[in-house]
Amino acid sequence: MIRTALGALLSHWRRRPGQLATLLIGLMLATALFSAVQAINTEARASYGRAAALFGGAPLDSLRAEGGVTLADYAALRRAGWRVSPVLEGDLRVTGQSLRLIGIDPLTAPALPSAIGAALTRAPTDILGTGAMAFTAPQTLATLEGAAGLPPLRAAEGIPPGRIIADIALAARLLGQPSGITRLVLAPEQPSNLPPIAEIAPGLTRETPEAGGDIARLTDSFHLNLTAFGLLSFAVGLFIVHGAIGLAFEQRRPMLRSLRALGVPLRSLIALLLAEIMTLALIAGALGVTLGYLVAGALLPDVAATLRGLYGAEVSGGLQFRPAWALGGLAVALGGAALASGSSLWRVAQMPLLSAAQPRAWARASGAALRRQALAGAALFALGLLASLALPSLTGGFALLAGLLIGAALILPMLLTAGLALGQSRAKAGLPQWLWADTRQQVPGLSLALMALLLALATTVGVGTMVSSFRLTFTGWLDQRLASELYVTARTEEEGAALRAFLAPRADAVLPIWSAPTRLNGRAAEVYGFADHPTYRDNWPILSGLPEMWDQVARGEAALVNEQLARRADLTLGQNLEILPGWSLPIAGIYSDYGNPEGQVMTSLTALAAQVPNLPRLRHGVRSNSPAALREALISDFGLPPDAITDQASIKAFSLGVFERTFTVTAALNVLTLGVAGFALLTAFLTLSSMRLPQLAPVWAQGITRRRLGQIELARSAALAGFTALLAIPLGLALAWVLLKVVNVAAFGWELPMFVFPLQWLLALGLAVLAALLAAWIPMRRLARTPPARFLQVFAHER
Amino acid sequence: MNVKAAFAALLLMAAQATAQGFAGLGTQAEGFAVPERGTPLTFPQDHQAHPDYRIEWWYITANLTGPDGTDYGVQWTLFRSATAPGTDEGWQNPQVWMGHAALTTPTAHHHAERLARGGTGQAGVAPAPFAAWIDTWQMLGTGPDMDSLALTAEGEGFAYALTLNAEPPLILQGEAGYSVKSRDGQASFYYSQPFYQAQGTLTLPEGEVPVTGTAWLDREWSSQPLSESQTGWDWVSLSLDDGRRIMGFALREEDAPAFHSGTVIEADGTATPLSPEEITLTPLAMAQTHGRSLPVEWQVTLPGHSIDVTIKAVNPEAWMDTTFPYWEGPVRISGSHTGRGYLEMTGY
Amino acid sequence: MTQPLITASDLTKSFPAPGGAVQVLAGVSLTLERGETLALTGESGSGKSTLLHLLGALDAPDSGEITLDGKALGGLNEAARAKLRRQSVGLVFQQFNLIPSLDVAANIAFQARLAGRYDAAWATELAARLGLTELTHRYPEELSGGQQQRVAIGRALAGRPPVLLADEPTGSLDEATADDVLDLMLALVAETGAGLITVTHSERLAARFGRRLHLRRGQVT
Repeated sequence: MIRTALGALLSHWRRRPGQLATLLIGLMLATALFSAVQAINTEARASYGRAAALFGGAPLDSLRAEGGVTLADYAALRRAGWRVSPVLEGDLRVTGQSLRLIGIDPLTAPALPSAIGAALTRAPTDILGTGAMAFTAPQTLATLEGAAGLPPLRAAEGIPPGRIIADIALAARLLGQPSGITRLVLAPEQPSNLPPIAEIAPGLTRETPEAGGDIARLTDSFHLNLTAFGLLSFAVGLFIVHGAIGLAFEQRRPMLRSLRALGVPLRSLIALLLAEIMTLALIAGALGVTLGYLVAGALLPDVAATLRGLYGAEVSGGLQFRPAWALGGLAVALGGAALASGSSLWRVAQMPLLSAAQPRAWARASGAALRRQALAGAALFALGLLASLALPSLTGGFALLAGLLIGAALILPMLLTAGLALGQSRAKAGLPQWLWADTRQQVPGLSLALMALLLALATTVGVGTMVSSFRLTFTGWLDQRLASELYVTARTEEEGAALRAFLAPRADAVLPIWSAPTRLNGRAAEVYGFADHPTYRDNWPILSGLPEMWDQVARGEAALVNEQLARRADLTLGQNLEILPGWSLPIAGIYSDYGNPEGQVMTSLTALAAQVPNLPRLRHGVRSNSPAALREALISDFGLPPDAITDQASIKAFSLGVFERTFTVTAALNVLTLGVAGFALLTAFLTLSSMRLPQLAPVWAQGITRRRLGQIELARSAALAGFTALLAIPLGLALAWVLLKVVNVAAFGWELPMFVFPLQWLLALGLAVLAALLAAWIPMRRLARTPPARFLQVFAHER
Repeated sequence: MNVKAAFAALLLMAAQATAQGFAGLGTQAEGFAVPERGTPLTFPQDHQAHPDYRIEWWYITANLTGPDGTDYGVQWTLFRSATAPGTDEGWQNPQVWMGHAALTTPTAHHHAERLARGGTGQAGVAPAPFAAWIDTWQMLGTGPDMDSLALTAEGEGFAYALTLNAEPPLILQGEAGYSVKSRDGQASFYYSQPFYQAQGTLTLPEGEVPVTGTAWLDREWSSQPLSESQTGWDWVSLSLDDGRRIMGFALREEDAPAFHSGTVIEADGTATPLSPEEITLTPLAMAQTHGRSLPVEWQVTLPGHSIDVTIKAVNPEAWMDTTFPYWEGPVRISGSHTGRGYLEMTGY
Repeated sequence: MTQPLITASDLTKSFPAPGGAVQVLAGVSLTLERGETLALTGESGSGKSTLLHLLGALDAPDSGEITLDGKALGGLNEAARAKLRRQSVGLVFQQFNLIPSLDVAANIAFQARLAGRYDAAWATELAARLGLTELTHRYPEELSGGQQQRVAIGRALAGRPPVLLADEPTGSLDEATADDVLDLMLALVAETGAGLITVTHSERLAARFGRRLHLRRGQVT
C-alpha cells in the first residue's frame, strides 16, 4: 500500500518536472548561499583558532618579562615544578614578505602541531637542533619557493599562513638570539602546591589571552555581517520553496482526497508526504552544500585578503571540507523545507475527506489575511526598533535590519493590493478595469516572489549606497591621511639617525612616525609621537577638535585619539586618557582612521620620547617635491633596501585594494541573492500562467487577441515589479542608513557619512523591470502561441 | 656492564622502525668520541657528564620493603643524548636530557618521563657536591665518590624520597670499566655501585609508606653501544641474600644466538667478569601486558658459581610507557639462592 | 452466505448549517445481498449521496448501525475504516477522481495495488472489456468523460471488492455514453458477483437495477 500510494504521490513530480526543479533549485540555492557563508566563517574561525592555539586546545597563559625572559628564570621555574615551555618569536623578512618565526621547544611544549609531534617520535634529529627542518602552512611554503636564508621547510596543515614554526634552537640561530626567550607558555595543568612564580622569578608577569583572542573578537563583526547575508539569501530562497511546495500540495489536493477515499489512512498519507519532502530536501541540501562549497572556495581568497588587510588576521585561502558546516547546511535545508511545508501539511491534515475536490486558487489570500500579514509586518518593524534600543549595538543593528526587511516584505502585498484597488476605482473603460481587477487577483499568487524581489532589491540599494558612501569617504580620507610623499623605515637605530641626517638637506621635511604599544580600554593600542608640522595641521582628517588642539598637542599638553578608540572607550573632548601607565593627557581631538582595527593615540613626539626612552626611531614620513629622485638617492646613495621605502601612491593603491576586496564578497552575495529573487519571480510567473487560462479565456472570447493578451501580461508583470522596486528604494536607503550609522560603528568602530546615488536607484528599478520582463517572457510567449482550441476547452470543461 | 637503557638515551638518533636495532642504537658514531680499551676511569671527574660521547646515563634501581613486608621497586634515571658532540650555552647546545622515574608495587606501576634540552639549566649534572637533575627530580651527592645520595622524583600518582649509602668502592665493569657490548667489539665505559642500603618514604595514592632496602647505581657512557644486528636485550641486576651481586644480560641478535655477558661481585666488592658461556638467561613464563607478550619469569644459571635461580617479576605490568617504551621492574629470586633484583627488557 | 453483504439500520445524519443543523438522513435502513444491484434514487438533497458515503465508510452516521461484508463499522477507527475501504469497497464518483499524474493502466491497477490484490491478467481483461486497451498509456486529461468513467469503473473492480458503490457514475456523461458505461458496469458486476449500489437521479437508469430504493427528505419511501 505504501509503495503504491508513494508512487502516486511521486508521479505528480514526474508529470511536472518544472515544479520539481523549482523546488529543488530553490532549496539548493538557499542552502548553497547559506552554507557558503558558513563554510567561509568556519574556515576563518578555524584559522584564528589555529593561530591562537599554537599548542593545541585553548590558548595558553604566558609569562613575559621586560626585555625578555632569561634562561635562569626558565630553569628555576622548571626546577620548582612549573610546567612552562619557552617560545622565541621574531619576524623574518624573506623575498619582500614578512614571516612570523616561532621557535618552540618540542621537548617541553604542552602540545605540538600534529606534524611536529609525529616527526618528534619518528625522526627527532629532523626537527631538533640548529640544522633542523621548520614547518609552515602549505600556501606559505608555495610563496617561498627558492627563497634564500631559510631552513629546509616542510608543509604542515594546522599552521596559520605567514608563520614558520621551528625548533627554538633553529629560531634562535635565525633571529640571532642564542639564549632568547620571548615568553614562557604555561601548560594548562600544573602540579599542586607549587611555590608562587613571583618568588621564583620576580620579573615575570603572567598574561592570560583574552577569550577567543583579539583577532577573533575583531573579526566577529565581519563574520556576523556575512552570516546576516547568508540568512537573507536563505530567506529569499525559502520564499521560492514555500511557493513550490504550496503549489504542489494545492495541485495534489484532489489526488490526496482520492487516495484517502480509496483507503489510504490519513496518518500514512501525512507520513508519506513528510518523507517525500524530507527526501527532496535531502537531495537539494546535498546539492546546495556542494554548490556552497564551490561558492565558498571561489570567495574565500577575497575574504582572506580582506581579513588580512583589515584586521591582520591570517586565514588560509584553501577551503577544507568540514563535516560540521556540511551537516549544518543539510540541517538547514531540512529545517527550511519543514518550515516551508509546515502550513501545507497542516492543511492536508485538516482537510475533510469529503471536501470539494477542486483545486482552490493557489494560496488565495483574503483581504483579511493580507491585513493580518501587514499587521505582523508592522509588529516586526516595531520589534526591530525595540531590539535596536535594547540589545548591544551590533546585534541590535541586525535586529533592526531584520525587522525592517521582513516587516516591509510582509506589508508589501497589502500595499500592492491597495494601490491596485485605487487604480481600479479610477478606471472607466472595460479593459483597463479588468486589467486592474485581474492584476489585483494575481497579487496573492505573486506576493511571495515579489517579497523576495523586494528584499533583494532593497539589499542592492542599501549595500550599494553603503559601499559607495564608504568608497567616497575612504578615498578622500586617504588623500588627507597620506600626506607624505615617501615613507621610509630604517633597519636599526643607527641607520635611522643616519637616515635623518641624510634626508635633512634633501627633503622638504622629515616627519618621524614613532610609536609605542600600549593597552587602552582593555585592548592593544598604539601611541604615536609626531612632530608639529603644517602637514598635519593642513591635512589630518579631524572629525572634531578643540580650537587650540594643534598647539596644545605640540606642547605635549594634549593628545588626539582615533574615532574607533573614542567610540569604544566612550571618550569625549577634554576628557583625560591614561595613555601609558602613569601618563595621562586630555583629549583635544578625534580623527577618522578607517581600516585600522586598533585604537590609536597621537601626541607630541618629544612628550612621547620622554615617557618611552627606548622608543624605536625607525619610521619616517618624508615630504618632498621630487619623491622619485629622492627614492633613487635613498637606494643608490644611502643604501636603503628598496622594500624599506614605500611611496604614497602604492600605499593608496594597497589601501584601496583592501577596501575593494572587503566588499567583493558582499557584492558577490548580493548578486547571487538577486539571482535567487529573479528565479523566484520566474517560477511564480510560470506557475501563474499555467493557471490563468480560465481567467484569460473569457477576455479572449470577448475579442482581445492572444498577442494583445500576451502584451498585457508582460506590461502587468513589469508594472508589478516596477512598483515593488519603487518601494525597495526607500527600504534600501533605510537599510544603508542602519548599515552606516549602526552596524559599521559597531563592527568597525567608525561612522560614515551617507551619500545617495540616484543612478543606483534607476539601476535597481531597471533590474527589477528587466527581471520581471524576462520572467514573464516565457509564459507570455506560451500564451501567445496557445491554440484557440485550448481556450475553448476552458468553456467545455466548465462545470 | 649495563647496556640497559641505552635505547632510550638514543631516542634522538633515528627511527625505531629502521633495521638498525632497537631505537636506532646501531648507528654510527660520526664526530663523537669512541671508548678506547685501557683508558683509566678517574673520579670524581667521571661522575660528571661526557658531552663528547653520544649517550650517557645515571641509573638507579632500588628493591624496597614496606613495614608489612610488601615488595616495592623504584627507578630513577637521567639519560643524556647528544645530536652533536660538545656543549654550548643557550639554545645551540646539542645535548638532550631525558628523565624516567618509576615506582612499582605488586599491584601498580607508576611512572613518569621528563625531557629537557641542554644549555638551559633545566637538566644536567654538576660537581661539588655532585648533583644530577631534571626539573624537580634530583640525585644529590651527600658524601664523596657517590657513597651517599639523596634521591627524589615525583609523577602523576606517586613520589619518592630516598637516601642511599654504600660502603665498598665503586665496581668497574668489564676490563677496568671498558665493557664490550657485542661480538663486533662495540663497547662502553661502565661502572656501578651495587651495594647501597636504601631508606626513605614512598608516596602512593593510598598514602605514605616508610621503606628500607637495597639500591644499585649504573653509570655508563658510549657512542655506539650496539651492533647493527642486535634487536634488544634482557638485563638483570640481582642482590643475593648471601651478599653477592650479579649483573647479567643477553643481547638478542637478529639471526644468531643472544650475546650473553655479566659480572659476579662478591660481598667485599671483588668483581669477576663473566665470559659469554658462563651465564645464561632462559625465559620461563610469558605475560601479556600493554598488548605485548613478555617473559616475566626467567631462569638464570651461572654453573661456574653454582648459581641456578628463578627470577619472577613482582608486578608483570611494569611497562614503561615512555617515548621509547620498555619493561623495567623489581623481581624476587628463588632456587639455589634467594634475594631480590631488577629486570629490564627492551625490543619487545 | 446467509448474512447480507450490507445491512444498515436506522441511520441518521445531520450537518451543521447557518440556520441550525440540517437533518439529511432520518432513520434509513437497507440490506444488500451479494450479487444484488440496487439503485438509490431521490431528488437533490434527499440524502442519497450521504447514505452512500456512510455505506462506503467515508463518513460516520450520527446514529444507527452499518455492517459491511460482515464487519460492523461502528467501532472502527480511521485506520481500520481506511483498510475496509481499501479492501472491500470499490468507489465510482461522478467526477471520476482519477489520479491525474498516473496513466490509465496505473489508475486501473491503483486500488488493487493499495489492497495488495493486484491481478495483472484481470486488470488487462478489465481494460479490454472496458474498451481501454488502446488507451492504457494515456493520462486522464487526454481522455473524454466517458473514457475517464470507464477507467474509474476499472479501478473500482480491479481488486474484486465485494461491494461497489457508485455516485451518479453517469452524471457527467451524455445519454448514449451513459448507457454504454452503465451496461458495462452492470455486466462486470454480475460477473464478479459483487453487490452494487448506485446513486442516480435518472428513473430511466434506475429501472435497469435489480432493486430500487427511493429517498425523500432523508427517509425511504
